[in-house]
Amino acid sequence: MIRTQHLSRKFGTMTALDDVNIHVKPHEATVIMGGSGSGKTTLLRLLASLECPTSGNIYFSDESLVGIRQKRLYELRAKMGMVFQYSALLNSLSVFENVAFPLREHTDLDDFIIQTIVTMKLEQVGLRGFEHMMPSQLSGGMAKRVAFARAIAMDPEVVFFDEPTSGLDPISAGVISNMILDLTKKAKMTSIVVTHDVHAGLDIADHVILLWQGKVIMEGTSDMIRNSDDARVLQFIEGRPDGPIPFSRSETAFVDDLMHKPGTVRMG
Amino acid sequence: MMNMVEKQSMMVQWLGGLGRWCLQSIEKVGDASVLSAVSLAHLFKRPWQGKHFVLQIYALGVGSLIIMAITGAFTGMVLALQGYYTLAKFGSESLLGSGVALSILRELGPVLGALMLIGRAGSSITAEIGIMRVTEQLDALQMMAINPHARVILPRIIATTLALPLLVSIFDVIGLAASYVVGVELLGVNSGAFLGEMVAKVVPMDLYAGWLKALCFGFLVGVICTYMGYRAEPTTEGVAHATTQAVVISSVSILILDYVLTSFFL
Repeated sequence: MIRTQHLSRKFGTMTALDDVNIHVKPHEATVIMGGSGSGKTTLLRLLASLECPTSGNIYFSDESLVGIRQKRLYELRAKMGMVFQYSALLNSLSVFENVAFPLREHTDLDDFIIQTIVTMKLEQVGLRGFEHMMPSQLSGGMAKRVAFARAIAMDPEVVFFDEPTSGLDPISAGVISNMILDLTKKAKMTSIVVTHDVHAGLDIADHVILLWQGKVIMEGTSDMIRNSDDARVLQFIEGRPDGPIPFSRSETAFVDDLMHKPGTVRMG
Repeated sequence: MMNMVEKQSMMVQWLGGLGRWCLQSIEKVGDASVLSAVSLAHLFKRPWQGKHFVLQIYALGVGSLIIMAITGAFTGMVLALQGYYTLAKFGSESLLGSGVALSILRELGPVLGALMLIGRAGSSITAEIGIMRVTEQLDALQMMAINPHARVILPRIIATTLALPLLVSIFDVIGLAASYVVGVELLGVNSGAFLGEMVAKVVPMDLYAGWLKALCFGFLVGVICTYMGYRAEPTTEGVAHATTQAVVISSVSILILDYVLTSFFL
């Protein structure tokens, strides 16, 4: 469905992704995991073609997304949906209008049909009856569910999720995870999920990609990740502060900083 | 005391900084031109965004109406007062009507109207687009295959361009009426002389010049404010900075463009 070839992305001198080669199979939930700053969101944005790679290529159904014409990209995006980390609902529109937005823009369906589809999608995410609320009146979990309903309004082939459970209470997080599972197993959509929530990620994943410092350090099924003996993988899934993945990003010694030795970085 | 080498080094640093600022400014002007040109190209593409133009004109125009009316009224009143005391020294109070009318129609209407539009609508355009950037709403539009240039930027440029001449017309009418009240009713200038001189000295070209200025100013405000919002750094501080910059740059640009246009029309 989607694959990358030697994908790299740099921001100035910082390398966010380095030679990433992945393959997302159709009708599967692919979960991209890794610590903060490991390049997960950058990879997701590249796959969704919201950013351009520094080098390498991305293929959507064997069609390259790099250098693609905007008109063609927009045609392909009719097959994509995305749930953003902070929901990205259009503030000036009600819940109903947010979910109806892609339908109004890309179809000639009459209002009655649109109303029916929106009601079905809102029922799917458990928010039927909240149509007239504005995004500012919603809790984080509700906003995410509305964003979910909007992402699937056009019945896309692939849905991208950026940290779908972050900042949510366990119940809301569980509901969102179940919805992603249903989407993949029942509706046969392809899900690409970026998360650092290990348990939720491993529970919904058919395929897991683990990133560290912009590189893929392991991929496979959830069981393969759970049973891995790679110290970096173990440290990540067990959430231990000590191990090969350093908690501190400082390049200078702590003692040197405290003693104000020359050459150390000063704050402010 | 600085020696010669230190002075030269400081001068080189200062010139280097000036050069960098010039290059960055040219780059930004180029970027804004490309962004607005790309957005304007959507005027000729389907789907036609007419509904969004009307909504934006309504939002910006109606929202700025009261501030425009108040500014117009007090500008006309102050002009009448100042003009009367100046003209009275030469015994030419009868010229008050034409003096006030020419000042408002050719200069003060378009310029003050544009400055009010910047404060009332321009800053909100920048902040709104900047917040759309921060909250990933622009990315969400992209993911829904909706072009932000066509949907977000173009309607706002069109709205400021078309709304400002209409608002300036209202500013002019209210300003002239207020100057009549102060000049004729309060200061005792002859009503016939006030209106007669106004009709005699004001030609259609004065009106057209004012409207053309308003059209150009409206376009410039739209381009600058949408650009600053669209390219705002996606942080709260970035949006605040972009909004301030949009107001400052738009205001200064209006005054510079006013001088250029006035030199053509005179």
